[in-house]
Amino acid sequence: MSSAKKFDMLRTVLSVAIALLISFVIIFFVSAQPLEAIKYLLIGPFSNKRSMGNVVESMIPLIFTGTGVCIMFSANQINLAGEGAFHMGGLIATCVAINMSIPGISPIVALFAAGVVGALFTAIPAVMKITTTANEMVSSLMINYLALYFGNYILNNVIGDPAASTASYPLTAESQLPVLVDGTRIHLGFIIAIAVAILGYVFLYKTKLGYELRITGENESFARYSGISIVKVIVISQLLGGFVAGLGGGVEMLSPIYSRFTWASLLGYGWDAIIICTLSKKNPLYTPFAALFLAYLRTGASIMARRTDVTLEIVQITQGIIILLVVAEQFLSGYRHKLIAREAKAELKEEGVK
Amino acid sequence: MENQVVLEMKHIMKIYGNGVVANEDVSLDLRKGEIHALLGENGAGKSTLMKVLFGIEQPDQGEIVLKGTPVTIKSPQDAISKGIGMVHQHFMLVPSLSVADNIILGVAPKKGIFIDTAKAVDAAQSIAREYNFDINVNDKVEEIPVGIKQKVEILKALYRGAEILILDEPTAVLTPQETEELFVQLLKLREKGHTIIFISHKLDEIKKICDRATIMRNGRSMGTYEVKDITTQEMSRLMVGHEVSLTFDKNEQHLTDNIFMRVRNLTVHNSQGVLKVDDLSFDLKGGEVLGIAGVEGNGQTELIDTLTGLNKKYHGTVQVMGKDIANASIDDIRSMEVAHIPEDRMASGCASTLSIKENLFTNQYKNEKYSSGLMLKGKAMDQRSDELIKEYLIKCKSRRQHVGMLSGGNIQKVIVAREFSTNPKIIIANQPTRGIDVGAAAFIRKRLLEFRDAGCAVILVSADLTEIFSLSDRLAVMYKGKFAGFFTDVANVSEDELGEHMLGIKKDERLEGVLYE
Amino acid sequence: MWKAILSPDFFGTILRATTPILFATLASCVASKSGITNMALEGILLFSALFGVIFSSITHSWLLGLIITVVIGGLIGLILAFFVLNLKTDEILAAIAINLTATGGTVLLLLAFSGDRGVSSSIRSVSAPSLTIPLIDKIPFIGQVLSGQNILTWLSLVAVIVMHLFLYKTPLGLSIRAVGENKNAAESVGISSRRIQYIALVISGCLAAFGGFFLSGGYMNMFTKDMSSGRGFIALAAASMGGNTPIGGLLVSLLFGLASALANVMQLMSVMPYEIILMVPYLTTLIGLGVYYYAQKKKKERLSGK
Repeated sequence: MSSAKKFDMLRTVLSVAIALLISFVIIFFVSAQPLEAIKYLLIGPFSNKRSMGNVVESMIPLIFTGTGVCIMFSANQINLAGEGAFHMGGLIATCVAINMSIPGISPIVALFAAGVVGALFTAIPAVMKITTTANEMVSSLMINYLALYFGNYILNNVIGDPAASTASYPLTAESQLPVLVDGTRIHLGFIIAIAVAILGYVFLYKTKLGYELRITGENESFARYSGISIVKVIVISQLLGGFVAGLGGGVEMLSPIYSRFTWASLLGYGWDAIIICTLSKKNPLYTPFAALFLAYLRTGASIMARRTDVTLEIVQITQGIIILLVVAEQFLSGYRHKLIAREAKAELKEEGVK
Repeated sequence: MENQVVLEMKHIMKIYGNGVVANEDVSLDLRKGEIHALLGENGAGKSTLMKVLFGIEQPDQGEIVLKGTPVTIKSPQDAISKGIGMVHQHFMLVPSLSVADNIILGVAPKKGIFIDTAKAVDAAQSIAREYNFDINVNDKVEEIPVGIKQKVEILKALYRGAEILILDEPTAVLTPQETEELFVQLLKLREKGHTIIFISHKLDEIKKICDRATIMRNGRSMGTYEVKDITTQEMSRLMVGHEVSLTFDKNEQHLTDNIFMRVRNLTVHNSQGVLKVDDLSFDLKGGEVLGIAGVEGNGQTELIDTLTGLNKKYHGTVQVMGKDIANASIDDIRSMEVAHIPEDRMASGCASTLSIKENLFTNQYKNEKYSSGLMLKGKAMDQRSDELIKEYLIKCKSRRQHVGMLSGGNIQKVIVAREFSTNPKIIIANQPTRGIDVGAAAFIRKRLLEFRDAGCAVILVSADLTEIFSLSDRLAVMYKGKFAGFFTDVANVSEDELGEHMLGIKKDERLEGVLYE
Repeated sequence: MWKAILSPDFFGTILRATTPILFATLASCVASKSGITNMALEGILLFSALFGVIFSSITHSWLLGLIITVVIGGLIGLILAFFVLNLKTDEILAAIAINLTATGGTVLLLLAFSGDRGVSSSIRSVSAPSLTIPLIDKIPFIGQVLSGQNILTWLSLVAVIVMHLFLYKTPLGLSIRAVGENKNAAESVGISSRRIQYIALVISGCLAAFGGFFLSGGYMNMFTKDMSSGRGFIALAAASMGGNTPIGGLLVSLLFGLASALANVMQLMSVMPYEIILMVPYLTTLIGLGVYYYAQKKKKERLSGK
């Protein structure tokens, strides 16, 4: 392994450690029982089978949106509509799943619909960029709110169950994804998620289109010079990224966690996806590991929140700090420069000997 | 007082973040009131040394002594406060601001908390007058010609009290008249006691106005010499390592019968609507190198962009292998076996954050050797990468190394390897050896001639006249979007004659031999 | 409906809805002029909304609360600057991190401070007062629109003029514009672009803090979770559509204020489902962005065209 790569790993690990440390300090400030809280945060997920199951089940949406964002960001499109795509995916999957009850077929149709809607959704900023040159980042931020209020409208006026408060009619049992491990809610979605991560990797690193996409992402004028169609790359990458994010929303909705659509606000998986993407260096293959880490932290935090006076939101702070440090190029860069300069000097000496 | 040393740089070493050693034990001393040439090829480490002096880069080793006291120069600001000014090769001006605003930027005269506009204009005008610079300080910088921009740059430095003035290749963008004018002004500055570092690789200019010269090669200093005691041949030998041979051993030419590229009445405007290529026509056959010389910015870029399909807005016709390319995409043109070495290798020739391997296949990944259906053939690509690395002598750790970690010469070799590995019929090489080491340059030139011998058509755009002379079979000089001269007998063209055409002093109305029919 | 729309009240509503976006838009202008996209505005708005409530209640003074909030806003700008400029963090990712921290941090801090979950119902905060300026209130119509507006609304209009003078008439403003347009040029004359961008981001943070304070101490009288609801993002769009100039920013912000006010009126008249009405500001921004950039594109094409 090159010293540069070793250094990258070291920095990621250190960033995570520092972020946790800062979170502990915050816990000490806000909590009356800080040690208790930290204990639950760190080892809570191991306390029983159900908690461990919680870790795995909360990995699932993170892998989906993380992979989607990896694909979109690899083409250097700062499209933040993954959040809205996930929401729309869940919504559409619900619409299908409350009306269909064909075993086997119903979830497939629901998930496919979720993916397609997600794809169309993230394509909006991309198409806007191509036709009008409007910055995709700002427009993607706007359409996320459109997704939220559209979802609320459908929930309140179309699929809302008058018998329940802000919840849709129940999903049909045939539509739901089967549980894989007894005593937990780990469901088929986990297998789909892992498959999506692997397929995402194969797509980006082993296919012609993925190659075009990464070339475009790293240097657009090089891609143009090479004869790659930038428009095609942008549209396809955003469609695919959105498909995966939307599919994730569908899978989450059909999981045993939900029996009705109850999302009256955005869940934030689109933002989490950016952390996943950052931690896995835009490679979908690493998203399950990054997702495992976040899911573990989340589960720990929710146990902590239930047992002590610290709230779940501490996790968002930890995540924020992790992003800041992992993407801070100059963080520990003095050390990195020393490593590289040492190598270069050694090489000079070698040449001198020759 | 005559030989008072104002500044010394001792044993400077600078290693860049990617491991490139740009300066290795370089020393330099400057005397008060001298014009000191810093001479060396592109990539010899001149710019790095000056960046260290101007505080843009920090040296890894060595010290700087200013008027007898060791100093560290932490930033350009620091350098300026110590009386060091720099005029960069690429102008450092804010286009939307006026000349006066650019001169007073950062040291604006104030009235209360606001800028005293009247005083600012006055101050700018008076410094221009003091040094006899003829400038209207109210003009917007985006609207003034290059020569004036350079004057603004010099005034900026003087306004801030620069005693030592670094000029980085100041004549590269100037017309001969502007160059003359600049020299007169530099000599005046010397009289007033300013010390000037004059970076260049134009030997005649150095002979003309410099007192001493420090020559650099490969990041090392080859010594400092009194200019009057050294001949241009000696200087060039120190700079390049051997006497520059003006001609390669070129094999006899075998032209193909059919015309590979046919350009008729080509007219191109750039994105600002300025006419850049003006009614240009020429033919190109297999087995020849068509050299295109000219001062940069005379339409070469726009011409090449059009021939390679990057620019689609043009009038006239371009035919490649008999096919009109008006509606052909870049991809289509590439599949007509056209290879293109781009002008700016980092901007559009490679993706520096991807591996060597990934950079080697952008023009042939669709070939069934390297892909089938949707998938790439990883093993075949690995194998071919290793072959190309060996064949093109690319110095690297492995095919997985990022291209950005390589030296300029090796990056260029990656690009050349990629473009040549498809066995193209037409090679369009735009500045193929700019800023790379001598060895890599010679290698690339030799390859170009091999392709010519094998019946390939080559268009070579280059600012390096030695290169143009030694490779071209036919030679065109571009000036303001037209061919100002065209030579079919390259061996009998003198550099002076070429220079006159490049600068538009001499324009041939009738061009012989541009067309084959 | 037209009667409602043409009343001074309606224009007053526009101004009220414009205020937080205007502050954030000015914040975005100054950051963009220095060459940095400040997407962390959303997080700064949210933080400031909370701090406004907390500190005005501690000090029993809206003014002291405002000052402390603005100082903290500047500090967040400073943190963003530190990461972006010193540690070379991608400015978008750094902003996302700050926004995430704001979403979680505000809830956590609110709980730690008052025990409230998500809504600051138990905090007795002091809102900024409204202000009527004697002579202006005599001007027909305009006087009616302006009189009784919150002092921060007045301040936001003053800020437009101040920022205009600052950017175009002061040495620092000149430096900011130079750095944003050609960083190397500024560096070459010894302007530390880092220092200038630091200053710009701190100013940006302070301006956004005014907007955040207004949200919870003017527009509303309490803090609620996620109450910035994308205004920081809308401001990014507004600033870029206004050419990153304060005056242009004001005009575009007013457009969004108009969209919000219209949404309010429509809600009262229940001409549409309220979820659809809630979309109006975002939809306006989206369409505005598209139209603006399309026009820009066409303009560029015309310039280069034949």
